[in-house]
Amino acid sequence: MDHAEVQPQVGDASALAPVGANASPLRRDVAPAAVAVAPAPGRWARFLDGDVWHSFRTSPTAVVAAAVAALCIFCAVFANVIAPHNPFDLATLELGDSMLPPAWMQGGTPKYPLGTDEQGRDVLSALMFGARISLFVGGASVVLSLVIGVGLGLVSGYVGGRIDALIMRICDVMLSFPSILIALLFAGVGHALFPNANDLLAFGVVIVAIALPGWVQYARAVRGSTMVERHKEYVQAARVIGVPPWRIMVRHVLPNVMGPVLVLSTIQVAVAILAEATLSFLGVGVSPTSPSLGTFINEGNKQLFSGAWWLVIFPGATLVLIALSINLFGDWLRDALNPRLR
Amino acid sequence: MKPFAPWLLAATLSLAAPLSDANTLRVANQGDVQSMDPHSLNESLQLSFDGNVYEPLVERGKDMALTPALATKWTQTSPTVWRFDLRPNVKFHDGTPFTADDVVFTFKRAAGDGSDMKGYTNPIKEVRKVGDLAVEIETTAPYPILPDTLTTLGMMSKKWCEENKAERPVDRRKGIENTASFKANGTGPFRLKERQPSVRTVLVKNFNWWGKADGNVDEVVFTPIGNDATRVAALLSGEIDVMEPVPLQDVERIKAAGLNVLQGPELRTIFLGMDQKRDELQFSNVKGKNPFKDVRVRRAFYQAIDEETIKSRVMRGAASPTGEMVGAAVRGFQPDMNKRPAYDPEAAKKLLAEAGYPNGFEVGMNCPNDRYVNDAAICQAVAANLARIGVKVNLMTETKVTYFPKILRRDTSFYLLGWTPSTVDSHDVLSSIMATPTDKGQGQFNLGAYSNPKLDELTLKIQSETDQKKRNEMIREAFRIHAEDVGHIPLHQQALAWATAKGVQLTQLPNNYMYFKWITLKSSPK
Repeated sequence: MDHAEVQPQVGDASALAPVGANASPLRRDVAPAAVAVAPAPGRWARFLDGDVWHSFRTSPTAVVAAAVAALCIFCAVFANVIAPHNPFDLATLELGDSMLPPAWMQGGTPKYPLGTDEQGRDVLSALMFGARISLFVGGASVVLSLVIGVGLGLVSGYVGGRIDALIMRICDVMLSFPSILIALLFAGVGHALFPNANDLLAFGVVIVAIALPGWVQYARAVRGSTMVERHKEYVQAARVIGVPPWRIMVRHVLPNVMGPVLVLSTIQVAVAILAEATLSFLGVGVSPTSPSLGTFINEGNKQLFSGAWWLVIFPGATLVLIALSINLFGDWLRDALNPRLR
Repeated sequence: MKPFAPWLLAATLSLAAPLSDANTLRVANQGDVQSMDPHSLNESLQLSFDGNVYEPLVERGKDMALTPALATKWTQTSPTVWRFDLRPNVKFHDGTPFTADDVVFTFKRAAGDGSDMKGYTNPIKEVRKVGDLAVEIETTAPYPILPDTLTTLGMMSKKWCEENKAERPVDRRKGIENTASFKANGTGPFRLKERQPSVRTVLVKNFNWWGKADGNVDEVVFTPIGNDATRVAALLSGEIDVMEPVPLQDVERIKAAGLNVLQGPELRTIFLGMDQKRDELQFSNVKGKNPFKDVRVRRAFYQAIDEETIKSRVMRGAASPTGEMVGAAVRGFQPDMNKRPAYDPEAAKKLLAEAGYPNGFEVGMNCPNDRYVNDAAICQAVAANLARIGVKVNLMTETKVTYFPKILRRDTSFYLLGWTPSTVDSHDVLSSIMATPTDKGQGQFNLGAYSNPKLDELTLKIQSETDQKKRNEMIREAFRIHAEDVGHIPLHQQALAWATAKGVQLTQLPNNYMYFKWITLKSSPK
C-alpha cells in the first residue's frame, strides 16, 4: 500500500524551497530517482535512463564538480591509507624539517610535496586528515539539522493550527539571528560548560552548534510542501481507510517532499563545512588535537607575515575547492529537479 | 575637593588643546591581565601591569637596582628587624592618605587566604606600626634580601578594601572574585579608568602622584590580542603603539617596516614540571603507581628532549638553552653547572626500560598557549620528542585564564611553566619552585611537589645567610641536588621581544616589566 508509488508526486514548495512551485503531476521520473522510496526493481536502470542522469551527463559543470567533490571525499575518507605521512603520529615528526616550503620551491623536498608547518608536519597529509574532520562535522551537522527540520516541518505542515504557528514563530526567531552568531553562542556556552571536553564531546558541541541555525531552512521548505500534499487525494484516501497521522506523514507525505530537501542539504553541506571552518578559525571549533581545515587556516594565519604562505593558502584552497564543488553540484541538482527551469 | 585641584587645573589648561591631543599609549599583549588585584596572581604580566597602579615599598629602577618607592628609607635595626620610613604626603587615588596602617593591612592581606604572594610574606613574622609613617618588619630568621622581595608587593588602602569587601585577595583557583578584581585604588602614577576583562583596560594619568613621571603618557589603553598575526597587523597599521611579545617569526617583517623591535635576554626560565607527589598520576594510563616518582623516568624525559632543535626551530634562535633553573643575570647562577645532559633518545629509552616502562606510557600534559613565547609550540615539540621514546603525551593547550587556576590547584601531571625570580636572586627560585610546598607559601609554585629535605634545609639557610661566599656555596649545593634529582626539567631562557611604533621611547627591564611612567611618545599621536 504505497501511494507514493502508485501516484508519484513532487512537492510543491511554495515558500522557500529551491524546487519551483507547481510541480506537474505528469512528471514521472524525478521523485523516484532521487528519493529512497519503494524498492522498485530495475531502479538503477530506470535512473540511468532518466532525465536526471541525462542532464548530469550533458552538464560539464556538474560532471567536473561531482568528480572534484568525489576526489576530495575519497582523499578525506581514506586519509590514513593514502596520505604520505601521518601528522598525528608524533614519533614520526622531524622538528628539523619544520617550515619547509613546497617541493617545487627552493629548499623544498619531494618528501613533503606541499611543505611542512612549524612542527615539521607534512601539509598535504594534514590537509587530507583535516578535510576528513571538516567533512565529517559538516555532514553530521547537516544530517542533524535535516532530521530536526524535516520532522518539525512535517508536523507543522500536516497538523497545522497552533502547533504550526508555534513552530513557525520559532523559525522566524531563529531566522532573525545571524546563523554564525547562534553557532558562536552555542559553541561558546558548550565549551564553557565542558572545559575538559574530550574530542567526542567537542565534536558534538560543534555539530549541534552548526545544526542549530540550519534546521529552519528544512522546516520551512518541508512545511510548504506538506501543506500542499496534505490536501491531495492519496493522503485523503489514506486518512479515510484509517491510517494513523504519523504513518501518513512518514510513509506517504515524506517521500513526496524529499526533493527540495535533497537539494537543500547538498548546498547545506557546503555551508556547514564553511561554518565549521569559521568556528575553528575563531578558536571555538573542534579541539586542536583533531584539527580541521579551519584550524589549519587559523594556525597558518599566524605565519602569514613571515612569508610561510603555504600554511594558509593550501588549506584555504582546499576548503574553497570542497565547498565550491559541492555547491556547483547542488546548483545543478536544483536545476535538474526543477521542472520549471528545464 | 582639595585633592582634585591640580587635576582640575590641568584639565583647564588642556582645554586649549582638543582631547585627542592627549598622549594615548595603546599597548597590546597576547593575553589579558587576569585581575586588578595585585595579590591574586604572582605572574609577571599581572604584576607589571598592576604595578602601574599599585606601588610597593621598594621598587626597581631602570638598572634593576633597588630604589625608594613608598618607603623613602629602610634600615636593618637588628638581624631580624627592618625599619621602613614611609613617604609622606602620598595619597591613594580616592584621596585617602597613605599611612603605616595600610602597610600593616597589606602584609596581612598578602599573607592571608587566597593570596598568591605568600612566598614573599612567608619569612615575615610580624609587621608593626611604629608611627604614622614608619613600620617595622620582623622576620623569623635573618633575611638579608628582604627589600628585594618587596618590589612586587603593591600597597593597598585598608579603608578602601574594607569598604569594598576586598580584604581578601581574589582567589582565581577557587574562582572567587571581588571588587579588587575590577576596580583599583593604588598610589601609582596611573589610575584605573575602565576595566573590561579580555577586551580592554584603560589607565589614566594620576595627577596627584607623588613622583615625577619620566615620560609623557596621559592615557594607556591595554588590549589583549591573542592572534599573533592580528597583533602584528595592528602594530603595522598603527592601531597600537607597543606590543609584547613579538611573534618570533615576524621579527624580520616588523624590522623591515621600519619599526623597532627590542630584544633582550630575559630572566625567565621556561621549564617542565612533573607531579611527584600523588601515588597515582591523575592523567596517565599507569595505574597504582606514579612513574614520575622514579628519578630514572624524570631523567629519561630530560634526555629525550631535543632542546637545541627547539631553540633553532621553535624559538628561531631567540632562546638560551639552560641546564639550570635560573638565568645568567640572576644572583647565584653557576656558570659551570649550566650544562644539559646530551640529547639521547636511546639512553632515555633504556632508562625508561630500567624503570619498568619498556613500552613507555601515556601521560596528560598541560600547557598555556598565550603566556610565554611560543609556549604551545614548545609543548608540541616536547610531545613529539617524547613520542620517540614511547611516551604518548596527551597535550592540552589552553589560554592562561583557564590554565593557571588549573595548575595552581595542582590538577596536572606534567606541565610547562616559566619563572622569573622577581628578587633577581636564586633564593626566589629555590623557595618558590624547588622547596617542598607548605601552606605558608614555601614551594607555592612547586606544582609537582618535588621534595628533598636537604634542599629545603639549604633554602632556609640561604635565606638567612649574610656571607656572600658561603651563601653562593649553598646555592651551588642546592642546585646540584635539584639537578641530580631532576626535580624539574629546565628548557631555556626565552628572549624578550617587544615592538614599538615609531616615536615611542621606553625602558625594557630584563624581568619583562613595562612601566608606563617611563614611556615617552615623541610624535604627536596620529
